[in-house]
Amino acid sequence: MIGSRRLFFMFLSPLGERSGEGVRRPLTQPLPLAGERSLKGWLCVFLLLFTLPALAVEPSEILPDPALESRAREIGRSLRCVVCQNQSIDDSSAEVARDMRRAVRERLTAGDSDRDVFAFMVARYGDYVLLKPPFKAGTLVLWLGAPLVLLVAGAALLVAARRRRAQPIVPPKPLDEEERRRLDALLKG
Amino acid sequence: MVAELGHFALILALAVALVQGTLPLVGASRGDLRLMSLGRTAALTQAFLVLLSFGALTQAYVTSDFSVLNVVANSHSAKPLLYKISGVWGNHEGSMLLWALILALFGAAVAIFGNNLPDTLRSRVLAIQALIGVGFLAFLLFTSNPFERVFPAPPDGNGLNPLLQDPGLAFHPPLLYLGYVGFSVTYAFAVAALLEGRVDAAWARWVRPWALAAWCFLTLGIALGSWWAYYILGWGGFWFWDPVENASLMPWLAGTALLHSAIVVEKRDALKSWTVLLALLAFSLSLLGTFLVRSGVLTSVHAFAQDPARGMFILAFLLLVTGGGLALYAWRAPQLQGGGLFQPVSREGALILNNLLLCTLAATVLLGTLYPLFLDLLTGNKVSVGPPFFNATFVPLCAPLFAALCVGPFLGWKRAELGPALMRLRIALVVSLAAIVVAMTMIDSRSTLAALAFGFGVWLIVGSLASLSDRVRSGTLRTIPRSTLGMVISHASLGVVVLGSVATSSWNTELMQTMKPGDRVDFAGYSVLLERMDEVRGPNYIAERATLNVSVGGKPYTVLQPERRLFTVQRRQIAETAIQTNLLRDFYATLGEGDPRQGWVIRLYLNPLAPWIWLGAALCALGGFVSLSDRRLRIGAPSRKPVLQAAE
Amino acid sequence: MRRLLFILPLLTLALMAGFFAWSLTSGRDPASIGSVMVGRPAPKLDLPALRPGEAPLTDADLRTGKPVIVNFFASWCTPCLAEHPLFTRLAEREGATIIGIAWKNKRDDALAWLKKLGDPFKLAGLDLDARTGLDWGLSGVPETYLIDGNGIVRRHYRGPITERDLTETILPFLKGTVK
Repeated sequence: MIGSRRLFFMFLSPLGERSGEGVRRPLTQPLPLAGERSLKGWLCVFLLLFTLPALAVEPSEILPDPALESRAREIGRSLRCVVCQNQSIDDSSAEVARDMRRAVRERLTAGDSDRDVFAFMVARYGDYVLLKPPFKAGTLVLWLGAPLVLLVAGAALLVAARRRRAQPIVPPKPLDEEERRRLDALLKG
Repeated sequence: MVAELGHFALILALAVALVQGTLPLVGASRGDLRLMSLGRTAALTQAFLVLLSFGALTQAYVTSDFSVLNVVANSHSAKPLLYKISGVWGNHEGSMLLWALILALFGAAVAIFGNNLPDTLRSRVLAIQALIGVGFLAFLLFTSNPFERVFPAPPDGNGLNPLLQDPGLAFHPPLLYLGYVGFSVTYAFAVAALLEGRVDAAWARWVRPWALAAWCFLTLGIALGSWWAYYILGWGGFWFWDPVENASLMPWLAGTALLHSAIVVEKRDALKSWTVLLALLAFSLSLLGTFLVRSGVLTSVHAFAQDPARGMFILAFLLLVTGGGLALYAWRAPQLQGGGLFQPVSREGALILNNLLLCTLAATVLLGTLYPLFLDLLTGNKVSVGPPFFNATFVPLCAPLFAALCVGPFLGWKRAELGPALMRLRIALVVSLAAIVVAMTMIDSRSTLAALAFGFGVWLIVGSLASLSDRVRSGTLRTIPRSTLGMVISHASLGVVVLGSVATSSWNTELMQTMKPGDRVDFAGYSVLLERMDEVRGPNYIAERATLNVSVGGKPYTVLQPERRLFTVQRRQIAETAIQTNLLRDFYATLGEGDPRQGWVIRLYLNPLAPWIWLGAALCALGGFVSLSDRRLRIGAPSRKPVLQAAE
Repeated sequence: MRRLLFILPLLTLALMAGFFAWSLTSGRDPASIGSVMVGRPAPKLDLPALRPGEAPLTDADLRTGKPVIVNFFASWCTPCLAEHPLFTRLAEREGATIIGIAWKNKRDDALAWLKKLGDPFKLAGLDLDARTGLDWGLSGVPETYLIDGNGIVRRHYRGPITERDLTETILPFLKGTVK
């Protein structure tokens, strides 16, 4: 069953037109046969295939002011394309990424600060849109987890080393008669 | 018929693996030599059977046997031969078969090269290898049978994902799997050592070559994947902190830590339980990566077909293998007594610092990769953890690691002084400071961080080579042990990677231009002419190709021909970049969308030192192989000290 | 204490595996991006009408005291075809107020599409440059919002709505039994 269903999906060809890139779940169309859960699973597969590794920022979008444009790039690299897998809007050719790039440039041209632009996007798409999560209660562990491990482990190691140093190294017991005799015998061969 | 043969061989392999996974263990605990020697024969038989099975699947691909479902779904008769073959592992089932194959081959390698191992240790290692194999073979047979038939056979297949039809990606998975699966041997050694309750210098010496081999392959595999991303994704990026990349980086970091801590066990009989833990973790993280990529708990740019049912199976397997190993560790490791004492400033101290930092790096990657999942489950909040996060957390942690990396080799065992070590590094120190100044003043005055990172790259190269200076002076360079030479090469090549990545990501030049044939544009001192646009026909695609004539000062310099390929079977477009490299920089061109009326979008990049990233990574692996060829590892079967045995 | 240290790796694994098992069994969709619109007042609406001769769409259309469904669609979008009959049914049988917004669509294309498939929209707007879509946190088409009588977004569906959405959430919402 799984096999035949997969086959069926495989024969459907993805959309080729450019305008279709912004469409999410382009294959949901006439498929009442599959259960909802597995349908979603397979849609994931196809979403992957849709992310074209094409190029993003286009010549027509570039701002005349190079300083503003470079700020726009910096911001664009930190904003996630919401329909892609881990791509920034600068790397994505999806329709919505294009709209977001345009909005970033419009905000900057209107005199917004970088922070304002990020806030503008978060108001619309949530923290999800930030490739660098904000530092707040929900992300404390993310930001501090690894450094904390480093600090605790480092401190523990140093304490252990210090304690070890505090213990005087006990000099070996002097050889007793018996041992000395054996050693002499050995040395003589 | 051949497919059935392959299927049958796989079933037999499972049976053999079951025997190999049980009887030698019994033999080792009873001291029964006959049962123990069974492990060796079984390992060789199992490898032969899986090889047969793999050959059967390859045959189905090469002959385009479309009565096999797997071939239908992933191949096409018009595909070039290379991609018919690489199509075997370009899908979930086939890649799992490749996993099983490499696992069996590593088992056979232990059987063949493990002559110097004590019988009990070898049979335990082989048995544990086989138990892992049982898991994979069962997974294949029960959930992902690559030999499933389809009736009626369709006239042709669906073709391979065009992104995978690329020489870089054809060899990327086998190398990566050689790395992942190679760590199964260190895992098996660790479990065997815990079973025997004995970890000593001899054990460390036995396990290190396997760890080193796995690490070399993993390094090459990661580098190849990154190179592929660089030229296929079309804008010069080379590392994206994607879950799949992170999944390969974590075992690499743990494996690197293992290589270093194993030295301490070998030389100083210390850090034993820690080294065993790393040996377990390197493989566990490889399995974790497999789980993440295939279960569908995370999404990623280049993941395989994802399926929750398979996810559950891999999770159960992960729990069994990793959980079993770690439970055994929790039970037995406390009995491993640490040996040699040392001061914080010493070679041991430096290696511990190395381990501490590498493990923190691995923890950063792990946390960053899994955090969105955790947070979503706990609170329903969606967050993204992408490159800017890792640039802010991972990269700064590299600084102390790199700083210490050059100092470590100058510190003596047990107790050392920092002063003299730094004195011997004074030239490296001066040169790297000069590099920072040069980068700041002559290349880019705005980016202090890039200049600093550039300085670190120079420091790594010069500082690593400095450890050779004494030998050069005394004329004993020829007699240098291969392991030392390998270390120097690997350390220095890390610097090469750093220089390459800093330069290409911070100091590249780019230009985007809409051009029509006949248009000329000036770019970074070059004059680029779009001579013509052609339509070309490949074996299974049609493409638009731009011909760019690049000239310097009126003289022709090079011709670049980027393409946009439309794969006809899948109706997918792929941009094929054109790269001209002189090993100091890449001239990189891609063709975007366009038409004759409005012109085509052409993107040009000049990526300074970009080739060094992969050159450095290849050198890094080469250093590993050089170290692997050290006499000490090849011959001179180390024997266990009787004292330690008595102490047990 | 020392013993605990050796159990720590196992505990970490157990914790992680717990999360993984939870994720696999919860039916969580890893591709879901969530929505920040839910629970907030509906974003600004200021669009020209799609159908010639009608008044432009404004915020007032979302605050009529009655629940409103807002659907973004496009004639080039395949999944939109799948959900369209559901909207037709909602409009005809339940008398729901549905506002359709054509996203990145030429007016003539959108009108022709509606003519062919039937037009369930009480009001229809045209968001050719996708600015309104961005304000609404749209990621593509189709997407659907349920807005209560006070103009608060109660639900945001990304992707086509299904029969199940209809019976489980949309109909109860229209009847006022779901907040």
